[in-house]
Amino acid sequence: MHELDCPRCGRRPLDEFTFGGERRPAPDWLTDPDDRDFDEVWVFENPAGITNERWFHSAGCRRWLTVRRDTNADRVVEIA
Amino acid sequence: MVSEHIASLQPIAWHEPRDSYDVVIIGGGGHGLSTAYYLATRHGITNVAVVEVDYIASGNTGRNTTIIRSNYAIPEAIRFYDHSRQLYAGLEAETGAAIFHRVKGHVWIAHTEMGMRTERGRVLMNQAMGVDTELLGPADVKRLVPQVDLTGAGRYAVLGASHHVPAATARHDRVAWAFASGASSRGVHLIQHRPVTGLLRDGDRVVGVETAAGPIRAGMVLSAVGGWVSQVAAMARIRLPVRTHPLHAFVTNDFEQGLDKIVASTELACYVSQTERGQMLIGAEFDSQPSFSRLSSFDALRSYAYKISALLPFLRSMRILRTWAGLCDISADFSPIMGETGVDGFLITTGWGTWGFKAIPAGGEAMAELIATGRTPGLIAPFGLDRFRHDLAMADQASAGTR
Repeated sequence: MHELDCPRCGRRPLDEFTFGGERRPAPDWLTDPDDRDFDEVWVFENPAGITNERWFHSAGCRRWLTVRRDTNADRVVEIA
Repeated sequence: MVSEHIASLQPIAWHEPRDSYDVVIIGGGGHGLSTAYYLATRHGITNVAVVEVDYIASGNTGRNTTIIRSNYAIPEAIRFYDHSRQLYAGLEAETGAAIFHRVKGHVWIAHTEMGMRTERGRVLMNQAMGVDTELLGPADVKRLVPQVDLTGAGRYAVLGASHHVPAATARHDRVAWAFASGASSRGVHLIQHRPVTGLLRDGDRVVGVETAAGPIRAGMVLSAVGGWVSQVAAMARIRLPVRTHPLHAFVTNDFEQGLDKIVASTELACYVSQTERGQMLIGAEFDSQPSFSRLSSFDALRSYAYKISALLPFLRSMRILRTWAGLCDISADFSPIMGETGVDGFLITTGWGTWGFKAIPAGGEAMAELIATGRTPGLIAPFGLDRFRHDLAMADQASAGTR
C-alpha cells in the first residue's frame, strides 16, 4: 500500500498518514469484566482479511479517517 | 574453508508421520526446531513432531538479518538474550554443524541528545548486568567504523554510540538446519507442507492438532508460529496482544573493502552487517500498518536505502540484488510471550516480532524445560502471557531497533 485516498485531500502518499489502530469491540462471548478489560486494553484482532481501522492524516487535513482494508493483500477496500 | 562447511552440513532425517506424539510443535521455524532439539538432547523426549505449513525455516527464521546481541534495556531481557548469545557461541561445538557464527560487535549510533541518553542508559544497564557494552564518542565510532560519515550526510550527525562487544551474526538457515538435524537424528519427526487447520479438544484440554491430511494426537501442543499466531491461538480461543507487521530487508552486491562491525542507528531505526558472502545485509523499521503481505515495497526499500546511506555513503554506489519481507508477530510491549496460555495442553512462544532470531537457542531451551518438567523456568517467567493482565508489561521498544 503506497497511498491513501483522503476524502478531503485526495490521493496522498502513505507517509502523510499515521496508523491509528483497528476499531474493535471486545467479543460478546467474553463475559468476565476482567477479561473484557484485558481485551479492550491489550488485545488485537489481527485479522488475516478485512479490518476496520483508523488513520490520522497527520501531514494533511489532520482529520481521522475510517479505512476498511484487506490485510492479506494490504489493500484499501473503502475509506470514509 | 568452504569444503569444511559443506562437510559439516549434517543430513536431516525425514520420517513417515505417526498419528500420535507426546509433543506436537506447530511451526518449523527456529523456535519450534530448537524446542524439539532441546527436548531430545536435554530431556530425552523424542516422541515429538514439528508440523510446518511450508518448508522448515521458510518464515521469519529464513528472512531476518541474523544479528545476535544482548544489549537490551531491561534486566529481564538482558539476562535472557545474553544466555541465548552464549548458547549461540557454543552451538557449533555442541552440534558439529557450521552456522558461520562470527563475533563482530554492534555499534548503535545516536544522532540526538535523546538518543545519546538512551544509549547511555543501555550501557549502564548492560554493565550492571555483566554484559560488555561501552559508550563511544564520535572519534571512537570513526575508528571502529572507518566508512561512517560523522555528519550523517549533513542531516544526522553522529553524537556517539554504544558498542556491544560480543554481538555476532550467524547464517540463519544453517541455524535452523543445525537444530533440525540434531532433533531428527534423535528421532524427532519433521513434517513439512502440512497446514494445521484446527485443534483437537477433550473438554477444555487441547489433545492434538487437526491438519489438512488428518488429525495428529498429542500430549502437549506448542504453538511456535510467527506471523499467523493470532489465527492459531484463536483455534484455542486465546486472544493475543500481537499484531502482524511486515518487515523488509535486502542485500547488495559484494563490498570488497569489508565492514567488520554491525552498524545500527537509534533514531533512523536501520541496521547493516556484512554477510559471509560479502554482501551488505540491510533492514530497518517494520510497516506501520499490520498486514500479511510479503511483497517487498519500493517505498520501504527507498526509505531504508536513504537512511542507511546517510550513515555509510559507500552504499550509494552499490546495487540491491535481492529483497524480501517477513511477517513479524509484534507484541504490544515489544517483548516475547512464552509459556502457559491458561488452556490445558496448549503452550505458546510468540511475540518474537523483529527480535526472534537471537533468541532461538534460549527460547527453545526454556520451552523444552517447561514441557519436560511442567515448571516455567525463571529465565522466561517474566515473559508470560498473563503479565499484561497484572500490569507487568516488559516494555523495551527502544531495544528492538526497528521502530
